[in-house]
Amino acid sequence: MKKSTILIGKVARLVARLRGGGSALPGLVVEKIDPGFLRDVLSKLPRGVVVVSGTNGKTTTTKMVTELLESHGLRVFTNRTGSNFTRGVVSALLSEIRRWRLDADIAVLELDEAHAVQFVRQVRPTYTLLLNVLRDQLDRFGEIDQTAKLLTTVAKSTRQTVVLNREDPLVAAIACSLPRARRVEFFGFNPKLAEFFPNDDELHGRPTFKKSTTRASVELKSFADRQATFSIDQKTYSVKMNITGAHNLFNAAGALALARVVLGDAADNEVLLATLGQMKAAFGRGEVLDINGEQIELILVKNPSGFRLSLKSQYSPTASTMIAINDHYADGRDMSWLWDVDFRGLKNVSVVSGIRAYDMALRLQYDDVDFGAVEPDLRLALREFLSGTRGKPKQIFCTYTAMLALRKNLGKIAKIEEAL
Amino acid sequence: MKKVLKIMCLYPNEMNIYGDHGNLLTLQKRAEWHGFATEYIQHEPGRKLDVTADIILGGGGQDSGQDKVKNDLLKNGAALRKMAAAGTPMLVICGLYQLFGHYFETNAGHHIDGIGVFDAWTKAGPVRLIGNIVTETELGEIVGYENHSGLTHLGKNQAAFGRVVRGAGNTGADGTEGARVYNVFGSYLHGPILPKNPRLADELIHLAAIKKFGEFTPAEIDDTVALKAHDVATSRPR
Repeated sequence: MKKSTILIGKVARLVARLRGGGSALPGLVVEKIDPGFLRDVLSKLPRGVVVVSGTNGKTTTTKMVTELLESHGLRVFTNRTGSNFTRGVVSALLSEIRRWRLDADIAVLELDEAHAVQFVRQVRPTYTLLLNVLRDQLDRFGEIDQTAKLLTTVAKSTRQTVVLNREDPLVAAIACSLPRARRVEFFGFNPKLAEFFPNDDELHGRPTFKKSTTRASVELKSFADRQATFSIDQKTYSVKMNITGAHNLFNAAGALALARVVLGDAADNEVLLATLGQMKAAFGRGEVLDINGEQIELILVKNPSGFRLSLKSQYSPTASTMIAINDHYADGRDMSWLWDVDFRGLKNVSVVSGIRAYDMALRLQYDDVDFGAVEPDLRLALREFLSGTRGKPKQIFCTYTAMLALRKNLGKIAKIEEAL
Repeated sequence: MKKVLKIMCLYPNEMNIYGDHGNLLTLQKRAEWHGFATEYIQHEPGRKLDVTADIILGGGGQDSGQDKVKNDLLKNGAALRKMAAAGTPMLVICGLYQLFGHYFETNAGHHIDGIGVFDAWTKAGPVRLIGNIVTETELGEIVGYENHSGLTHLGKNQAAFGRVVRGAGNTGADGTEGARVYNVFGSYLHGPILPKNPRLADELIHLAAIKKFGEFTPAEIDDTVALKAHDVATSRPR
């Protein structure tokens, strides 16, 4: 590892922070001057590298895997900035490197499908966890079959074990294209839960769920309220979960399966389950903020399947609702996706905001959902929402950059954890 | 009893990738607002084509989706051409717009036959043309979002649907977008196209009503939100 690279990177990081810029700049600088940096640093980790990818649930699942491994004493390096590009990983590394070395046993990295492919060209992961393939921001990836191909490339370059979602046909099929020597494990759910987890075909066409005969090492058996029951190697464990959302509980099965692979004989299921139960939601992913006694839940929505799942498992009809839709690159520029979400279950929406507020309002109109104010300016919209819904629980469904802006604005009103 | 308009979607399970379902929803709602009842027909591969449909919609799909529908489309090509010539309004987007031309030529040089409603042909291009697009048409300004790698060339006498104001359009070079013949509109515009361009939606309903009932009296519809969304779309970066 070149000390000069670290030094220059750290300076770039300082400059970026002083300018109040994003987290990607230092990574960009380091990638330019020392293209081997990522490989040099990560290849020294004694327990290797974990890559978590898929369309939905990466951030929360990565946080789960990290905390599960930490509960067993491992020191974990992770990219918790949510900047899931290779240069985001480099930036995160720069901030963690002290005395010229990365003080960690293992890296757990969230990478989106396209960047995961770039990443594995530089660093072959030791383990990979693949969650799902759903149509996301197609303006970036082209087609969903193409997305599945990207994940296949990531799986193929994995050194030891690939953990796959048994219930997603596109992900499960990846197992067939791997060399025999590669170990594959599956996570799944009990067939009676299928209605809660529609795959991409089911979201856009007719039901296709087929009960799989493949054995899953961890299975989500049932859930009610916050109580989730998992089956791990045929034994049943029940746990009260802090985080909400059926899809999060299912991804927890994936996180458990992966953690057990990494930990091997050292894995203690009781400790793993207890850790999982206590875990708090990741930044902006069903995170509940207390703003001067008012509870606001921020729910990130990035693509039609994620939005549909959130409406199905996180929407509270007794809460006041706001929706904020931006169309910056990180949100997806194409508004088409809003038309693949069914909003008819919403009672009404108090405030519609974001750059594409009128697109969202129009969508609600065609689903006969009443809405109050349409205010594209997030700051004004937030003020209106807070003053109009005093004393009631609040939910804000928001795209990525809208979530960042809202969090920043909320931070001016009350003290909340600093946005990264 | 209300007059009924039958709206048919071609291959809704295979060709539905960019929210094109929103076009169906928009037509159904607006037809109802204009005083009609609507009936929805799904045409799936292998089924008999219902030639009594009053409006036909088709969307974009992935390559795998196009493989599944192409034989059925060819089988029904003559019937669809006949309906087109008889004035049935149709709106075909992206993948089905391409297959409503003569053929699609892949990068490897293979020809996938289309049904030749449009005098047009498509060749796989080197890059994907992606971004917000604004065009000018007989029905005024149209906004949408394009995402295609095929480049569509129009025959000498084939009218375009619109002229590109901002964006790429059919080829990224000739300034045309989409195609129109009889009452058939072909376009690359997703978004989906109809919600933010209510005039186009109403034109399809108007054409269908005139053909079927000989008359059309539009209702007053408050399109404030749709037109604001339209205006915002024109101002967004590519």
